[in-house]
Amino acid sequence: MSTVLKVDDINVYYGSIHAIKGISFEVNEGEIVTLIGANGAGKSTTLNTVSGLLRSRTGSVTFLDQDLGKVPAHKVVTKGLALVPEGRRIFQQMTVQENLDMGAFIRKGGNIEEDMEMVFDYFPRLKERRWQIAGTLSGGEQQMLAMGRALMSQPKLLMLDEPSMGLAPILVEQIFEIIQNLHKAGKTILLVEQNAQAALSVADRGYVLETGKIVTSGTGAELLASPAIKKAYLGG
Amino acid sequence: MEFLSYLISGISLGSVYAIIALGYTMVYGIAKMLNFAHGDVIMIGGYVSFCAMFYLGLPPVVATLLAVLACTALGIIIERLAYKPLRSAPSLAVLITAIGVSYFLQNSALLIWKAAAKVYPPVIDGSAQLFDGQLKIPYISILTVFACLIIMAALSLFVSKTKMGKAMRACSEDKGAAQLMGINVDATISITFAIGSALAAIAGVLMCSAYPSLMPTTGSMPGIKAFTAAVFGGIGSIPGAFLGGLLLGIIESMAKAYISTNLANSIVFAVLIVVLLVKPAGLLGKYVPEKV
Ligand SMILES: Nc1ncnc2c1ncn2[C@@H]1O[C@H](COP(=O)(O)OP(=O)(O)O)[C@@H](O)[C@H]1O
Ligand SMILES: [Mg+2]
Repeated sequence: MSTVLKVDDINVYYGSIHAIKGISFEVNEGEIVTLIGANGAGKSTTLNTVSGLLRSRTGSVTFLDQDLGKVPAHKVVTKGLALVPEGRRIFQQMTVQENLDMGAFIRKGGNIEEDMEMVFDYFPRLKERRWQIAGTLSGGEQQMLAMGRALMSQPKLLMLDEPSMGLAPILVEQIFEIIQNLHKAGKTILLVEQNAQAALSVADRGYVLETGKIVTSGTGAELLASPAIKKAYLGG
Repeated sequence: MEFLSYLISGISLGSVYAIIALGYTMVYGIAKMLNFAHGDVIMIGGYVSFCAMFYLGLPPVVATLLAVLACTALGIIIERLAYKPLRSAPSLAVLITAIGVSYFLQNSALLIWKAAAKVYPPVIDGSAQLFDGQLKIPYISILTVFACLIIMAALSLFVSKTKMGKAMRACSEDKGAAQLMGINVDATISITFAIGSALAAIAGVLMCSAYPSLMPTTGSMPGIKAFTAAVFGGIGSIPGAFLGGLLLGIIESMAKAYISTNLANSIVFAVLIVVLLVKPAGLLGKYVPEKV
């Protein structure tokens, strides 16, 4: 099993706020790895640092044996890394189709049409709404669009930042089903969640983040069973 | 007949405002800043084309091309030197810098070309005579309106159909998300300034041909009017800038003709205020609600 992403001792600051304090973790090929933690633990900061939107003062981020430290943010996606950001951040004024086109922005020709069909297989709702303005979609549909858009870049690692945020339980279930389908299709996924129960039940491995530090790690099953985790994150 | 002639001069003036407003609105839409130096780029375009025609004896088309090239370069340089370092600064700092750039351009022009007004040689002379000469339409008016329509159509196509245009729309909505798609935001902003400044050069040539007195401050009033037009139509919207510019020109021309020359500007701004009270986002401005 080869390592896809290796994050080694990163420290990230917002001005004088020390948000990430020496985090290290890795994601191997074909795995779902989850980072869980309460609001403000530093999950998004970690993902944004991996994507190059933020920079670490120390350590390194290595993706497929390549140091991402000097790669500008807009080049990261060309390396095979796609982030579905917190709050979806789809292009509200563009159509569903145009959003998916933006996902394939870096690609030149190839089988873009084929991949769009693949996205529509995962998210049939998007096909129905192909020509609709994305801002008029429901929250769940917007999440699907954000994930579909990321898949359009043919990522070797898909990073999801709280895909269940603000969604009704039935939609959360749907989203996690799709995450599992992607996993079965061989995708490597780094999943950030506050919904520890849902995340740990689909994850191969997990890391628990508290105020910018990793406090525990283990397999999904181990963490789900751990009394400390149960108490802190799973409501007793 | 009189009315028709005022209407035509209004449409022609409005077309100049629209071309300038398109530059304003694109820069605002993508860089989220009000480039108050935009009007002064028009003035530079005027001087460059003036020098090309007057001193070098070049034909108007070549002079216009030179002005476009010079202003495009100027736009890119202004963005690099003055605005790019402030990308993450508060918008007030950027605004003040833009005002500074505006004065810098005006004073540089004052040094190079002096304060005395230059008489601009129009790029085309004469006028079309209609109804046995009762209605005269200057060729420059016709040229201006056509130029505006072509620019408007070309920009709309560019923004909706080309890859670069889509990148611009993505940047205008969310720069972080655009970067995640692999869009080079800095390059996109540079190109936006280049396009806006090229349009300013064209506006400069057309405007100076219609109103042939060229001074270092020539660009500031049309700049402010075009900014008003962009807000009027809905800042950030390309059809909005077009519509806003056109309406502003017509209102100004009518107010001058039928109410008072001195009050024309006040009337223009009064209309703006009324429109903004009724439609805060401007005539075609979009308000997009956030969804969770
Ligand atoms: N733009 C910002 N400016 C200053 N502090 C920030 C900013 N974004 C996040 N933080 C702080 O960094 C810490 C980690 O935030 P974040 O990564 O968003 O947490 P999470 O995604 O786990 O909820 C929090 O204390 C938060 O207040
Ligand atoms: Mg977060």
